This record gives sequence, structure tokens and C-alpha cells, in this order.
Amino acid sequence: MSLSLENSPTTEGGTISNYTINFGPQHPAAHGVLRMVMELDGEVIERIDPHIGLLHRGTEKLIEYKTYLQALPYFDRLDYCSPLCMEHSYVLAIEKLLNLEVPLRAQYLRVLFAELTRISNHMLNIGSHVMDVGAMTPNLWLFEIREDTLNFFERASGARMHCAWFRPGGVHEDVPLKLLTDIGDWVDTRLPRLFEDAMSLVVDNRIFKQRNVDIAKVSKEDAIAWGFSGPMIRAAGLPWDLRKSQPYDVYDRMDFEIPVGTNSDCYDRMMVRVEEVRQSAKIIKQCLAEMPEGPVASDDRKVVPPRRAEMKQSMEALIHHFKLYTEGFHVPAGEVYVATESPKGEFGVYLVSDGSNKPYRCKIRPTAFSHLQAMDFMSKGHMLPDATAILGAIDVVFGECDR
Amino acid sequence: MATVLHPAPKISSNEGVRETLVKALGKRVLASKEMHGEIVIGVEREAIEDVLRTLRDEHGYQQLMEIAGVDYPEREERFEVVYMLLSLTRNHRIMVKLRAAENTPVPTVTRLWPNAGWLEREVFDMYGVLFDGNTDLRRILTDYGFEGHPQRKDFPLTGFQELRYSEEEHRVVYEPVELPQDFRTFDFMSPWEGADYVLPGDEKSVTPPPAPQPKPVPEPSGKVDAKAPETRGAPGVSTPKTTGKASETGAGKRADKKAATKKSSAAPAKKVTAKKAPAAPKPTSSRPARKPKGPKA
Repeated sequence: MSLSLENSPTTEGGTISNYTINFGPQHPAAHGVLRMVMELDGEVIERIDPHIGLLHRGTEKLIEYKTYLQALPYFDRLDYCSPLCMEHSYVLAIEKLLNLEVPLRAQYLRVLFAELTRISNHMLNIGSHVMDVGAMTPNLWLFEIREDTLNFFERASGARMHCAWFRPGGVHEDVPLKLLTDIGDWVDTRLPRLFEDAMSLVVDNRIFKQRNVDIAKVSKEDAIAWGFSGPMIRAAGLPWDLRKSQPYDVYDRMDFEIPVGTNSDCYDRMMVRVEEVRQSAKIIKQCLAEMPEGPVASDDRKVVPPRRAEMKQSMEALIHHFKLYTEGFHVPAGEVYVATESPKGEFGVYLVSDGSNKPYRCKIRPTAFSHLQAMDFMSKGHMLPDATAILGAIDVVFGECDR
Repeated sequence: MATVLHPAPKISSNEGVRETLVKALGKRVLASKEMHGEIVIGVEREAIEDVLRTLRDEHGYQQLMEIAGVDYPEREERFEVVYMLLSLTRNHRIMVKLRAAENTPVPTVTRLWPNAGWLEREVFDMYGVLFDGNTDLRRILTDYGFEGHPQRKDFPLTGFQELRYSEEEHRVVYEPVELPQDFRTFDFMSPWEGADYVLPGDEKSVTPPPAPQPKPVPEPSGKVDAKAPETRGAPGVSTPKTTGKASETGAGKRADKKAATKKSSAAPAKKVTAKKAPAAPKPTSSRPARKPKGPKA
């Protein structure tokens, strides 16, 4: 951390002026590359000016040069802590433009893996938030759970993080039955044991409460005006969850609760996430119990590539495969804005199509953009160490924020 | 509207919403449409703050989720700014859009929603749309000191500047982009789907070329005229086979014009720079070089 003195406090008259310090760009509590120019009065934060864009990779520009399918893996690399939820918005946007029907099993699989992703994301966030305010152990335990979910992703898609498994029209491959039974066992035994053990160390911990309770309180009105979403708006007491209010895939068949906060502080944001993990486990169980047999991708051969075995027999399938992986599919002209409930909040994709095989414009609505912007007003008047707690409770990932 | 088959998020019904809003906004509405289940209302640029205030206060669209820019270079006012509104109480979404040019500032909406500040900064950064009244219109995502607006359609994908860490100067240096290979864009538009280029070898089917004029056979003098290469080869053929005539290959002004008006995005112009490529960085450790691999015995 560099330290610059605007005016030396030892000058005559003895006036002590404000410090301006750089928090980051390389700071372990910044959860990535965030530079915050902080103006401090002693140890009290007067003003914060977050400088973002240090991880800007031009994703939206690159997508304009790729076919719809080629653009998909870029979404894994946005919020790399919850890759499948990023893909979810994008494939739904394409399906909305195409008005493409998705088989039921594929919708169940997507919901199942979106919830696994939510657990995996919350493990990282809860763990690092707890570590930012001083506790080491829970993070190590929670990473065990995260490791398990990454293994499940690997068994489904072949990749631990950048799955590219949700595809327009369904999912890429069906999962083996053993994977589903293993997920079922895991949700019943290992997840609750590890998670509840780790949480028993945190939720009533005196130090943890001292660092989080009554920090960065945001009123309901402010939460709405600043465009909050996800756990941030729920902690403010608004039961707003896109899975419930604007259900996509088979979320309307799922029975789950929306946890809300009462005090709208960092502690509530964290506790909302803790409860969401339990609700996600509930959704996963329902998915496993109700999931029907059947195809995992749409049978629209102009969008979904054929199975490899089919290509060995059918000339038609071979032609479709060639066309879909070179030219790609064409999407009717139009524009849609599709937002889903990613673990961090509303993750939206504004897709403009001109009828060709490449998106004309793909605007990504990151969750962190609105939340981080409120960093200034949330941390005003708090102490310098509170900034890490506030940042941890926002749950910011720069792959998504900077795109 | 066609039956909804897709599993995208379901919001409250659009039934009658567009008519109500268009009526409420009155003359400020320039256009409105409902497509793919999305309500889009185009409004006058100057009235945007007013329109959004009406929508927020009287129609319950409490949240501004996103401001997106879109670039249509062929239009006179080339940019579109799209505001995504969300109503928590009515569980509904709409888009409000306006058009702007580089020199026509858009009134800010930061007085309605504080989070519009960064969203407008991003549109400014990416497209160069100015927002009148935004007190903090700095760049946001691009580098400090960046020039240009990268999301514009005429901005090349590769950009103009690249940076690397220089071992010699011990700092990051900026250099013009040097591409060892042109960026490759493939045009997969097939000719029966409306590609606007003539397939090689397909020109004759479009306009039959005029019959080749028989050339006067030169006097058989035994001497090969270097200036008339078409007379070389097998003598005695009354119409020697020639290649490369515009009427036959389709090359020429017409084809050039076609190529210039190609619809697909062009590859970025390769910048020719006299600078040499940077040398490979020196090895950081003083590990002794490995023995060359070979058969053991």
C-alpha cells in the first residue's frame, strides 16, 4: 500500500489533513484487481473512488466477432467463481431470440448445476469474507466443499471451471447416472456436515460479529435506487429473487425459500448467503428426485449439433455438424434482455441480433458494477478495516465487473 | 405472438402495457415495439430524464438495471442508448432507448438513479456518447490515458496499442500493435442466404461475357514478339487462349466496388511499423542449461 501525504501533519498550526491512500490494485482483500483511492480522516473513510477496469479484456467486443456458439466460453471467464450461472443468461437469451424449446431433462440439469454453482460460489465468498475479517479455518473447510463441486463439474463437462456445458437448446452432454447419485449422497451427508461445522465457527463468533454487524447499513430505498440485486437487495429486507419472481427453466417447479435480512448490514448479507446454500441444497435434492429421462438438447437440428455416433451413419448429420461448427446458426433479428439470478445478483445479457450468425451486440450486465459503485456511500464514515468487510460482503469478482 | 417455447425468465404479462405507457408518455415517444416478448420504447433524446422519471414515479419501474450502447455506423445518429428498467412491484421489465450522435449529448439520469453514474461512464468510454449533466464522466474500463472508443464498430478488434514489460527499461512500455499474422475473419454466409459477393468462377452465370473477339493472327515470321505473349505457344490457333481479361473473370471496377461494400466486418488494417519485434526476455534464473536429450545408451 503506498502512502502519500498531502500535507505534513507536522506543519505549523498543527492541522492534520486527510490522507489519500491506494487500496490495491494488488491487495489480498480486494478479491482481484481493484484499485480504490481512499481519502481518510485518520482511520475514518471520507471518500472512496474505486478504479475498475484493470481486468478489462474486451469480452463484449470479442463476442461481436464470434459466432453464437464460439462466444459461449467467454461467459465462463466472466465470473470465474460461478461459470455456469454466467452461461445460463446467455443461452437463455439465445433461446429467447430463437424461441427454442428445451427438453425438460436439460432444464432440470441446468437448474441442478446452476445451484451447485451457487454453492461453489458462496463457498468461495463466505470463506474469503470470513478470512478478510480474521478467521482462517472456515475458509479451508469451505474449500473442501468447493473442491467437491468442481469435481462434479469436471465429471459432467470435462472441465473444472470453464465448463461451456450449457448450450443453446440444452446442455452439451448428458451426465452419467453415477454422478447424479454421488451428488445426491454428497448433498445428504458431506455438504451439511462440512458446511454446518464451518458455519458453527463463524455465525455466532464474537469477533466476526464485531467486524460485520451494523457495518454498511443500506436502507431499502437506497438498495433500490442503487440498482442492488441478489443477496445485497435481499439483505435489505426485500424478498426479491429472480428465480422466484421471474422463473426460468424449471425454477417454477422448485420449492424453496428466499432468505431476507432484517438489518441490512454486512452480517445480514453473509447470513443470506449462508441460508441460500441450504436452500440450494434443497433445490438440488428436488432436481434429483424429479428429473425425468429423455434428451438433453433440443431436437432442432439447425441449432443443436448432432451426436457423434449419429455422424458416423448419417450424411445429413455430418453436414449439419460441419455447418454448425463453421458457419454456426443464424438467429432472428431482434433484441432481448435476459437476466438470471446469478449467485451475486442479477446477471443480464442484452443481445442484439441482426439475423446473421454473429451477435451484433452483446452487452453484459455485471452484478458488481452497481454494487461496487455504492462502495463510496456504504463505507463513508466507517473505519479503514471495515472496507475489507464491506468489499467481502459485496461479493465482487473482477472477471465479471471488468469484462 | 407466437407460442412461447423457450425457458427464458417469465415476467408479468405484456398485455396492454405498451399501449398504456405510450399513451402516458405522449409526444415524447418516437417509436415503440413489442418483439420477442420485450417492450422497447424509443423516445426523444432531450426528454429522456423526464420519461424515465415518469416511468419510475408513476409506473413503478423503480430500478435502472443497465444502460447499454449500440453502434450503427450507417445511421446519421449512429448510437443507440438503451435503458433497462425493472419494476419490483409489477415484476416487469421494459427497455427505453434513444438515438445520439457523437456531438449530441444525452441528458444524464444520475439525478434519478445514482447508479446511472458508472453506467453512463461506461457508455461514454466504449462509444464516446456524451452525457450532459454527469459530473464525473471519466473513462471507466479502459486504461489510463486510453484514446478512442473501443466498442465502436469501426474500432479494430486488435486495437492500436499493445503493452509489454520491458526488461531493458524495467517498466511497462506501450507500442503500436504488431501482428505477426493478420486477424482472420471468415465469411460463412452462403451465397443462397444473401451473401453479397460473387463466388469465384460464378461470374459468368450472372452476366454472360461478350463473345471473344478473334484476334488477327500475326504473320508467321518465326520471330516471337515479346510484347505480345499471347501469340506464343501453339501457332495456328485462330483465337489464342488468354487469361485475365476483365470481361471473363469478372474482375474490374464492378468487383472492386462489390468487395468494398462487403457487409461482413473487415479485418483490421494491418499497421506497418518499422520497429523490430522485441527480443525474448532474458532468463530470470541462472540455471545451467540442460543436457540435450538423446538416446541413453
